Amino acid sequence: MPVKVIIPTALRQFAGKRESVEFDARTVGEALDSLTGHYDELRKHLFADDGRLRSFVNVYVNDEDIRYLAKDRTELKDGDTISIIPSIAGGATDTATKPAPEIKLSNEETLRYSRHLIMPEVALDGQLKLKQAKVLLIGTGGLGAPLGLYLTAAGVGRIGLVDFDVVDFTNLQRQVTFSTSDVGRRKVEAARERLTNLNPAIEIVTHETKLTSENALELFRDYDIIVDGTDNFPTRYLVNDACILLGKPNVYGSIFRFEGQATVFGYPGGPCYRCLYPEPPPPGLVPSCAEGGVLGVLPGIVGSLQAMETIKLILGTGEPLVGRLLLFDALQMRFRELKLRKNPECPVCGEHPTVTKLIDYHEFCGIRGEEAESTVQVPEIEPRELKARLDRGDDLFVLDVREPHEFQICNLSGHLIPLGEVPRRAHELDSSREIVVHCRSGKRSAEAVDFLRKAGFRKIWNLKGGILAWSDQVDSSVPKY
Amino acid sequence: MTLKFTDGLTDRIRVHAAQAYPHECCGALLGRDNGAAREILDLLPLPNHHVRSPRTRFVITPEDFRRAEAAAGERGLDLVGWYHSHPDHPALPSEFDRAHAWPWYSYVIVAVEKGRSAALASWRLSDDRMRFSPELLDNGAKTAAPTLRT
Repeated sequence: MPVKVIIPTALRQFAGKRESVEFDARTVGEALDSLTGHYDELRKHLFADDGRLRSFVNVYVNDEDIRYLAKDRTELKDGDTISIIPSIAGGATDTATKPAPEIKLSNEETLRYSRHLIMPEVALDGQLKLKQAKVLLIGTGGLGAPLGLYLTAAGVGRIGLVDFDVVDFTNLQRQVTFSTSDVGRRKVEAARERLTNLNPAIEIVTHETKLTSENALELFRDYDIIVDGTDNFPTRYLVNDACILLGKPNVYGSIFRFEGQATVFGYPGGPCYRCLYPEPPPPGLVPSCAEGGVLGVLPGIVGSLQAMETIKLILGTGEPLVGRLLLFDALQMRFRELKLRKNPECPVCGEHPTVTKLIDYHEFCGIRGEEAESTVQVPEIEPRELKARLDRGDDLFVLDVREPHEFQICNLSGHLIPLGEVPRRAHELDSSREIVVHCRSGKRSAEAVDFLRKAGFRKIWNLKGGILAWSDQVDSSVPKY
Repeated sequence: MTLKFTDGLTDRIRVHAAQAYPHECCGALLGRDNGAAREILDLLPLPNHHVRSPRTRFVITPEDFRRAEAAAGERGLDLVGWYHSHPDHPALPSEFDRAHAWPWYSYVIVAVEKGRSAALASWRLSDDRMRFSPELLDNGAKTAAPTLRT
């Protein structure tokens, strides 16, 4: 029997701005189920956690209170009208329960944030929202640097920093929260100092720990928004899954050489990381910054985009990147967008999730142990031994499998065949000679030796530790990079 | 969002609050909301039906709710929120306030200290029901005060 349900004015925003809806329903209970089935966001304002109508919500059938009829089993006839009228109740608490915390801006804060306050889109209540917000930054590296700086500057009240690493000299090309004098210091400590200098009112909480399945849920619980600024796949999946399980948005950013990506995962109704990448890539396929390189300013741009999205989520303004993957090509200087859809079959955020707790993400990504170490076992030669043999005048052929631009930085006068070209150019090598293969750190050269041995080369060794080890142990004038 | 009050309305809320002291007063806020700005143009004081603890609680019955809606309609206005007082207590929403609120409405609270009205603030419940956000008040003065206390 078709009945009309009148939507209370205050809740129309959750029902497509409709003043009323019509359903076929036999009882009041069925009608309300249909209503919240269609408009899920209405549910929490009408029903408490235990599934019963909130005590202040009164439901009438043609102006009769259902409490005096048969409550939700009240039967309906064609043309009945259901209205929902709240009792307006409230009051000061007695001392036993805590009131909402008092938040206001000091005069100093009012001056500091004046450029926010004079914009109607932010204004005082926007700035107070920022002050109450708690954001957790996973990683204080290339992406974490602009994130930490801009969220601190904006007045986000509490910022958590998760990183267990130490500042390295090679970080300074892009991790602009650190100074030269910070090299060797713990990243979270150096970052805290820098950010506190920028804005002493912000509570910076350091979490100097590796993020694991054991600690992620506890760590995330105290924060409103999680920002993923990490650099490895196991952590990406871990952060994603933890955010979905806890219902927290995950502001995602990633970089690779000259390209960047940004989006917001874990927003209600939006997709998650696994909707986009259900399977991780095989280990070793996607190089890290150390292996592939990155233009330093690129994480500055992508991290700033993440900071912008975080602030928009806190203020509740603008269009966040939910269901939109922003792609940035720095060389072309173009922004593109891909539409991302929530996957209804997603094992984590779908309708029938199979992942209901955090798993072993290293295993998921096919990585054994802490680092993605090469498991290729090949005959090795130590740098000192190589030096000794060369000094003796032994007839050794040195094969360098690095890239031409690396050869330009420093070299051992080896014969250069980049790793990718070795299969095609193996005929340039004389298998009757003794060959020592090297690269920068010994990983690529190990693969080359493995390949060549399988191709029949017998007198071939990998220079253990590569040119980095040569610089450390034999000739320190060779620059490390 | 800014909440604008027609001249003199916040004074009328204060007078009502002081008169009802030591009990909580309550009433409806009538005005207009065009999506970008909200303005309070009239009030409807209502009886506090909380019989047991009117010093710390107020209740506006569904009947009075309908009266407020009708009054708004007659005056060509919308029912956009509610006001009440906190005798000897800050103008901050309590947990009880939060549990009984709906989003969209403006909830004005005025503190009354020993019979004299003090701070007045207005609040809106977040969509997820988790917190109240303060509204920036514009009660006709040239510049809005930088803090909540007027």
